[in-house]
Amino acid sequence: MKRSLSFVPPVLPALSELWMRRRMGNGSGRFLLPLVGFGFLLVLWQVSSWTWAKDLPSPAETWEKSRIYILQPLAKRGEMDQGLLRYVLNSLALVAQGYGLGLLAGTLFGLLLGCSPVFTRMFDPVVQMLKPISPLAWLPLGLVLFQNTRGAAVFTIALCSMWPTVMNTALGLRNVPQDYLNVGRVLRLSRLRMLWKILLPSALPYMFTGYRLSLGIAWLAIVAAEMLTGTPGIGGFLWQEYNALIYEHILVAILAIGLVGWVLDRCMLALERWITTSMS
Amino acid sequence: MDHTLLISKLTKVYPTPRGPLVVLEDFDLRVPEGQFVTLIGHSGCGKSTVLSIVAGLQEPTSGGVILGGREVTGPGPDRGVVFQAPCLLPWLSALENVRLGVDQVHRHLSRSERRSLAEHYLACVGLGDALDKMPSELSQGMRQRVSLARAFALQPKVLLLDEPFGMLDSVTRCELHDVLLDVWQQDRRTVIMVTHDVDEAIFLSDRVVMMTQGPKARVGGIVDVPMERPRNRAAVLQDPRYYELRQTLLEFLGSPGAESETEVASSTVEAVPG
Repeated sequence: MKRSLSFVPPVLPALSELWMRRRMGNGSGRFLLPLVGFGFLLVLWQVSSWTWAKDLPSPAETWEKSRIYILQPLAKRGEMDQGLLRYVLNSLALVAQGYGLGLLAGTLFGLLLGCSPVFTRMFDPVVQMLKPISPLAWLPLGLVLFQNTRGAAVFTIALCSMWPTVMNTALGLRNVPQDYLNVGRVLRLSRLRMLWKILLPSALPYMFTGYRLSLGIAWLAIVAAEMLTGTPGIGGFLWQEYNALIYEHILVAILAIGLVGWVLDRCMLALERWITTSMS
Repeated sequence: MDHTLLISKLTKVYPTPRGPLVVLEDFDLRVPEGQFVTLIGHSGCGKSTVLSIVAGLQEPTSGGVILGGREVTGPGPDRGVVFQAPCLLPWLSALENVRLGVDQVHRHLSRSERRSLAEHYLACVGLGDALDKMPSELSQGMRQRVSLARAFALQPKVLLLDEPFGMLDSVTRCELHDVLLDVWQQDRRTVIMVTHDVDEAIFLSDRVVMMTQGPKARVGGIVDVPMERPRNRAAVLQDPRYYELRQTLLEFLGSPGAESETEVASSTVEAVPG
């Protein structure tokens, strides 16, 4: 006990030095500080599994029992016994369908909302009502409508993920600077050229913000959809392992879901930044 | 065809919470084809409102604008506008910005003719080497040059310039005065420019229209600028008439309210026509 206490004090100065370096523009803080953050999470996890959450497997146990899924990421031992990356890819394929559909519908719907005040009056309340509905609520309806799990999942993802795209596309069109509109009016551009040359480029950064938020929601929805339908993806795997009482696998699946969501968001953010800078 | 611009009994009333605000009342002006006219007046006197109505971007409350025998009912490419901010589309290159208007207006020309027309006007404003630059790569002065080229390339009947040099430093401003006069000299379009810079007004225009202070602004007096063209800044600055004109304009702008025409009575001031 004494030993560990004497070990604690040097940690704080070391941390504060790291912080200082980061503030002074030193690059090492960029990687080390996030590692410290993950370290805290790991400690919290470890301590929890020792103390109040006896059923929670520790990080070491989790790694031990589920490393096969990580070390053989593309293995396929059976329909519901595959490598982690393979599950993720299955899920991504399903997300791509739903998200693609959601983007298409959301963009078109957003364009109509952004261009026409009458349309906005008519449909804005409908949008506001549909927006907060959870994927868990849509899925049963999808199953009724499509009679198969894949169709239901795509339907749910598309419906849940389209709203940020709708809202941001409409917002982008309403926020086209008056100066740009005046240029178009003075030149008497046709409606199509106005849309193509002025409205869309001007709204594009907003639209990409919407696309990024939509992707986040699509990824949230896929897990819910797979859990309820038992599709062989990362969410389906999670639910199956819960039923099999293999908690280590649940934890690994949770971490994988978070990691993939994070990577997706980073990719979209890079795309969004690129669009924003090249449009201004 | 006669492209005289007639502004007749122009009145503009804005509704405000404290009742209607009459910005312009019975503003009359006749600009013969090819003349360079400047509107000068205090900030907020309604100069830009006049321009905006002529451009068709705003509707007059009463009165109207006639260009080449036709009433102006909305914006159109027969009137090129240069705004105070360059208003270039940031996702298009300099050439593409000019092409946007050229393609729309000169539809009878072939692709390559339209391209060379746009290139010609960009070269006229001194940007022959910067055709493919994006607006973000250009200085404020260069952007305003593109904006001038865009307006001139439409080959409109009238050019409307709304304080086009207001946001530039004085060196760039003088450079652009010369650029503007150069291009204008080539095809002598009718120009109406709004400014509150007295020297700029005298150096550039054939006539300076002084507007009374708002509300209910109208034409307070018109001064002819007799200096011959093409003008040279050094020569203009040595001309004694320049200082007389300057004095007249400054007195008009300085007089309280600038209401009465008698206050600006001078040999160079002619009565308001009509």
